[in-house]
Amino acid sequence: MKVVYSDVLVVGGGLSGLRAAIAATKRGHDAVVLSLVPAKRSHSAAAQGGMQASLAAAFKSRGDNEDVHFADTVKGSDWGCDQDVARMFANTAPKAIRELSTWGVPWSRVRSGDREVVVNAERVTITEPADAHGLITARDFGGTKKWRTCFTADGTGHTMLYAMDNKAIELQIPVHERKEALALIHDGGTCHGAIVRDLVSGELVAYVSKATVIATGGYGRIYAVSTNAIICEGMGAAIALETGVAPLGNMEAVQFHPTAIVPAGILTTEGCRGDGGLLRDVEGHRFMPDYEPEKKELASRDVVSRRMTEHMRKGMGVPSPYGDHLWLDITLLGKAHIDKNLREVKEICQHFLGIDPVNDYIPVRPTQHYSMGGVRTRPTGESPGLRGLFSVGEAACWDMHGFNRLGGNSVAETVVAGMIVGEYVADYCDGAVVDLQTSLIQGFLDRERGRIDGLMARDRGENAWELRDAMERIMMEKVGIFRSQEPLDQAVEELTALHRRSRNLVCRNRVRSANPELEACLRVPRMLKLALCVAKGAQARTESRGAHAREDYPERNDRDWLKRTLARWPTDDDDQPTLEYETLDIMKMELPPGSRGYGKDQTIHHPDTARRVAEIDALSAQQLDRFELQQRLNPIELPERLRGKNERVGIGYE
Amino acid sequence: MSSPRKLKLNVLRYDPRKEGDEPRMVTYELDEAPSMTIFIALNEIRRKQDSSLKFDFVCRAGICGSCGMVINGRPDLACRTLTSQFEDGEITLLPLPAFELIGDLSVDTGKFMRAMSERVESWIHDEEAERRELTVLEEPMDPDTADRIYELDRCIECGCCISACGTARMRPAFLGAAGFMRVARFEADPRDKRTAEGWYDLLGDDDGIFGCMSLMGCEDHCPKDLPHQNRIAYMRRKLVQSR
Ligand SMILES: Cc1cc2nc3c(=O)[nH]c(=O)nc-3n(C[C@H](O)[C@H](O)[C@H](O)COP(=O)(O)OP(=O)(O)OC[C@H]3O[C@@H](n4cnc5c(N)ncnc54)[C@H](O)[C@@H]3O)c2cc1C
Ligand code: SF4
Ligand code: SF4
Ligand code: FES
Repeated sequence: MKVVYSDVLVVGGGLSGLRAAIAATKRGHDAVVLSLVPAKRSHSAAAQGGMQASLAAAFKSRGDNEDVHFADTVKGSDWGCDQDVARMFANTAPKAIRELSTWGVPWSRVRSGDREVVVNAERVTITEPADAHGLITARDFGGTKKWRTCFTADGTGHTMLYAMDNKAIELQIPVHERKEALALIHDGGTCHGAIVRDLVSGELVAYVSKATVIATGGYGRIYAVSTNAIICEGMGAAIALETGVAPLGNMEAVQFHPTAIVPAGILTTEGCRGDGGLLRDVEGHRFMPDYEPEKKELASRDVVSRRMTEHMRKGMGVPSPYGDHLWLDITLLGKAHIDKNLREVKEICQHFLGIDPVNDYIPVRPTQHYSMGGVRTRPTGESPGLRGLFSVGEAACWDMHGFNRLGGNSVAETVVAGMIVGEYVADYCDGAVVDLQTSLIQGFLDRERGRIDGLMARDRGENAWELRDAMERIMMEKVGIFRSQEPLDQAVEELTALHRRSRNLVCRNRVRSANPELEACLRVPRMLKLALCVAKGAQARTESRGAHAREDYPERNDRDWLKRTLARWPTDDDDQPTLEYETLDIMKMELPPGSRGYGKDQTIHHPDTARRVAEIDALSAQQLDRFELQQRLNPIELPERLRGKNERVGIGYE
Repeated sequence: MSSPRKLKLNVLRYDPRKEGDEPRMVTYELDEAPSMTIFIALNEIRRKQDSSLKFDFVCRAGICGSCGMVINGRPDLACRTLTSQFEDGEITLLPLPAFELIGDLSVDTGKFMRAMSERVESWIHDEEAERRELTVLEEPMDPDTADRIYELDRCIECGCCISACGTARMRPAFLGAAGFMRVARFEADPRDKRTAEGWYDLLGDDDGIFGCMSLMGCEDHCPKDLPHQNRIAYMRRKLVQSR
């Protein structure tokens, strides 16, 4: 039995995993990072548009601060998020971006003086203030009050991930590439590491650690068309689920991005609309102002995606061999702007569509994009079900996004969560002693080896890729942007049947070393479990909140549904997950539920809302300064190193 | 609709871990679909014809650098190569040379690039940096400088430049164009306090910039169009001056 020991095992080498590993390393704990691919190829590299942080340097960003960022995030989540976490996040984001600046990210900077920008389809001149010259600038993104999304052209994720991985290399953090965690080692109460398969040699190795951090990204690939990288298969969440004790949170909260190209599903960043791009229909008409006169193209993502779908249902889509689509028009931004700030978008258009977005409209359609759900954690990042198990980034349901995340808030979450949770991981390691029976490790190793033996021994059985195709189609057709009872019932039933069939998979290629078919055979049953968590969660939630839109229950129902779904898979013999709920306490909210300001407000309110509003009004009347007010309303804890007010140009630490 | 064109993919097959296996070319035929990329074609072959076929894709959008391979003689990104651009419908695929072969079209660029990063110390060298308070305003930077760094930071470590470089293929210790580009990126960054001498120690020999024969295979094959020629010439001048 081969065993690798470390203090911290980080499963995932994207932004969040690397940042957590760096935090633990700096505190003197040795960390090992696992990744399916070289760390710099993780999906974080694909983020284009930017990272939100309330630096308030640029002209259109002035007046921004943590409070505004917090409020945008909570509204964006349709009040589904954990407000403690959203607060911890908003207060730390400026520190995260400044740290990345010292680590080498070439953030685009403010240039003082006049410049032309496109706002609401018109060219306007704004004057960037002299005192901000050379500070980090920001662009507009959907659902934000201020221009808050910091960027490097449209290669933000790339520059962030390269800076982060370079930092990890400087600190000599080992990244074990082409390794796949197959199962967590645990005793029902504490997590002790993972069983890992080497994707080249096929060897199974036990990685034993005091703390284990799941940072494996999202589960977008359970859908047939997704903007996600093909490795975003949710395996980290799945192995947590398979412990039977660690719950997943809000798995039904799945985001669709308005502008992925048709048919490839590759993303064109929200920065296109943030910088002034428009959406047009088959007649060339700009339709978003008809639906959302105030925010137009820059309404929150879930809203824009639904409006686009509605508009296509009215027959206003552009027909194509791949179904209807709409147009994204960035021609009005001009060549100079596109060549400089949207060049990845331009390359994508050239290579995959054979068009030049300087002159041509881009065919787009709402497409699966982001997984709000994931491994449920406390604000410290630790699982409520398994000690020593932590999770960060898109894999986690730390829960700052609730039912809809704002553009630019995800890469921001990855680094902020990595910083914060990394400290709590280090605290945990300070106090942890490894007390572990080798028989426990051997048991998990044997179980995984047994699964592989079973796949190889069978003479006939199911084909993993066929089951996967069927699952992807069900998710697209029945658990998509608009949902309702009947299709969801069918989805749950059909996925349950597929999952049963997946117990009888066969791997025709009987090679133990590098073997893509074996990888699929090991992943598909787990993906089906995740798909069932999504579908069953959606079926049960008889309301509409954020990205979860029920046509048969169009209202947000705070009275009955202001709660987080928790999914568990108690035993391997189960056919479906078990759902439980965690109530969100309005009386503890800094920002009680209200209207997001889109369309007609149909909220069914909770009786506590009015009480909490009154409480807050009374407190606000006392004219406390904003820090004191926040402390009273939402007293959060942050690791020592991350406390402290953030400086802003012109106003200092106000 | 007219019936689709038949594509012929000639793929190098070899599994170094399988006893007795020998490198060989295998031809697969399949129907071309509209907007088909090599990514889509290879996946279809794997699903329908040979489940053991090995290759690497991650982003499938030309962003992550995983899918470098030799496509009809040219190192390039397979995910953003449309099959329609090959007039006779015949495509020959080989793994990138100069990297350790994992199997078929999959090579280990990760190990190579991490070693490159360690060798050129691919991080900001600034003793003050770690002591900076995160609560205070960031150091201002000239906006043009920031843009210039970004231009040089766009390398996606795909390895095409290494495979296209005669020197790199002959001499495994040669740093290669991706390494030069990384040095150029940090050299352009005022936050990095390394001096000309520091760069000389990293680059000033035949495994470094003086081993480069300036044939520009790198520039011709870099999918991100990085300015190899310009930066190699610049650094060579600079290093010569520094001595
Ligand atoms: C096209 C696109 C554009 C985006 N643009 C933006 C943007 O502009 N702004 C923004 O805020 N957000 C954006 N996002 C979202 C954001 O990029 C991601 O949510 C974020 O980068 C996820 O980072 P992560 O560290 O959680 O995971 P990832 O970067 O996905 O990393 C996951 C890691 O886990 C590893 N892994 C997975 N499974 C296993 C396993 N079983 N064993 C071992 N290792 C494993 C992988 O190898 C990888 O290293 C975008 C997303 C997409 C799809
Ligand atoms: S110029 Fe030629 S020798 Fe020099 S790095 Fe480029 S390809 Fe290699
Ligand atoms: S320099 Fe260009 S060709 Fe070389 S690794 Fe980087 S992106 Fe690829
Ligand atoms: S798969 Fe990422 S560049 Fe081709």
